[in-house]
Amino acid sequence: MGLVSALEHVVKKPIWDCRMCGQCVLHDTGMTCPMTCPKTLRNGPCGGVREDGHCEVKPEMRCVWVKAEERSRTLPLMPQDWRDHFNNLRPPVDNRLQGTSSWQNLLSGRDRETPPGWTPEPAEAEQAEA
Amino acid sequence: MSRLGELLERGDELIITGEAPVIDGGTLADYETKLAELAPWCDAMNATDNTAAHAHASNVAMAIAMQRLGVEPILQVVCRDKNRIAQQADIMGAALHGVENICCLTGDDVTAGDESEARRVFDLDGPQLIRLASSLREGRYLSGRSVGTPPALVIGAVENPGAPPLDYRAQRAAKKIMAGARYLQLQICYHPDRLEAFVAALHQGGWTERCAILPSVVAVKGAGPLRFMDASVPGISVPAEVIGRVADAAEPAEEAYRLVREQCEHALSLPGVRGLHLTDFRKDGSMARLCTDLGIKPRSEREQHAHHRVVAV
Repeated sequence: MGLVSALEHVVKKPIWDCRMCGQCVLHDTGMTCPMTCPKTLRNGPCGGVREDGHCEVKPEMRCVWVKAEERSRTLPLMPQDWRDHFNNLRPPVDNRLQGTSSWQNLLSGRDRETPPGWTPEPAEAEQAEA
Repeated sequence: MSRLGELLERGDELIITGEAPVIDGGTLADYETKLAELAPWCDAMNATDNTAAHAHASNVAMAIAMQRLGVEPILQVVCRDKNRIAQQADIMGAALHGVENICCLTGDDVTAGDESEARRVFDLDGPQLIRLASSLREGRYLSGRSVGTPPALVIGAVENPGAPPLDYRAQRAAKKIMAGARYLQLQICYHPDRLEAFVAALHQGGWTERCAILPSVVAVKGAGPLRFMDASVPGISVPAEVIGRVADAAEPAEEAYRLVREQCEHALSLPGVRGLHLTDFRKDGSMARLCTDLGIKPRSEREQHAHHRVVAV
């Protein structure tokens, strides 16, 4: 672990229970880390959320996405576009970035690289056809 | 194109899908017997992918078996057991055998099953899997490599209208529709108000024009299975009064039947609902009774009717 990633871990671990995925999306998810979801879901809550809003896997824990959804609406001082990005389709995790600094990856643009076959929405032609 | 795909394109006729029984050993002939009750009423049936995290015959094998028995399969693909490479291989492998319908799910956690000690995968999540399937349909793997002739995939997904955060569920459904889902099989919901609010939000947003909404119903024989679902199936809650209504009835089996029929009638009355997804735990001839009571004809008759209409136009 490099110096920057060590520093990032020291800051983010106590506050967000950061798992150092290296491709941080906290700002889009109500400042709630989706990697703390037992299924590491990055695109919203699974269908197993309990009636009391707790996690299917860990009944003692509030669902990460229930928390994220609430906080994306209610947290003060958050820029509006962070709130607006909540329902965006986030790409698959790049497992090679595990343990690296998302701060460095943000600056270099590495955290926005997606697989060549991935586009956020189906192609135009497909939409027209459908 | 699959029958389900044609129905989605025609855009107005009723769609009935069903949950096919899982396979644990036995022969194709045994399986034909198991399918016999529900299959005649369904346009397509789910070839499930290790339901509730219990190992069974694989989704791909089950889909091929169904096809050989003349039942149109929907290949269910979940994210719990396999990474993105294996998921793509399953979808392409099934497509090789002519399986075009696929349904993309995040899936229950391993802790829902009988081998909780297993490693959970979740390399992708449900919405990402839908988008991945759209990529295959467009002719490329996630890597960008060409698949050659793209499979004519008919892509669907699921959503739970009855689990928190309730106000967000319709948006999550919309996200799946944007990613490429053309039909949504909903989780069974014992809160009619929640189902209603969910469908209304999608309908008002115009999403139901792009995507067929298929609420699920489960036919049970008594209060036992309702209690089980409430206590043990993640994301399903059954209100005490619903359980009580069946438990305290003079004829619980009959009351449970009335309950499921009411659920069907309610779901079909909602603007934006295109059909139903049926699960049968009764196995006592109730599927034929239910469809007859609802005025739903067997698939073969609905098919004929559709052809007549095309000719008449």
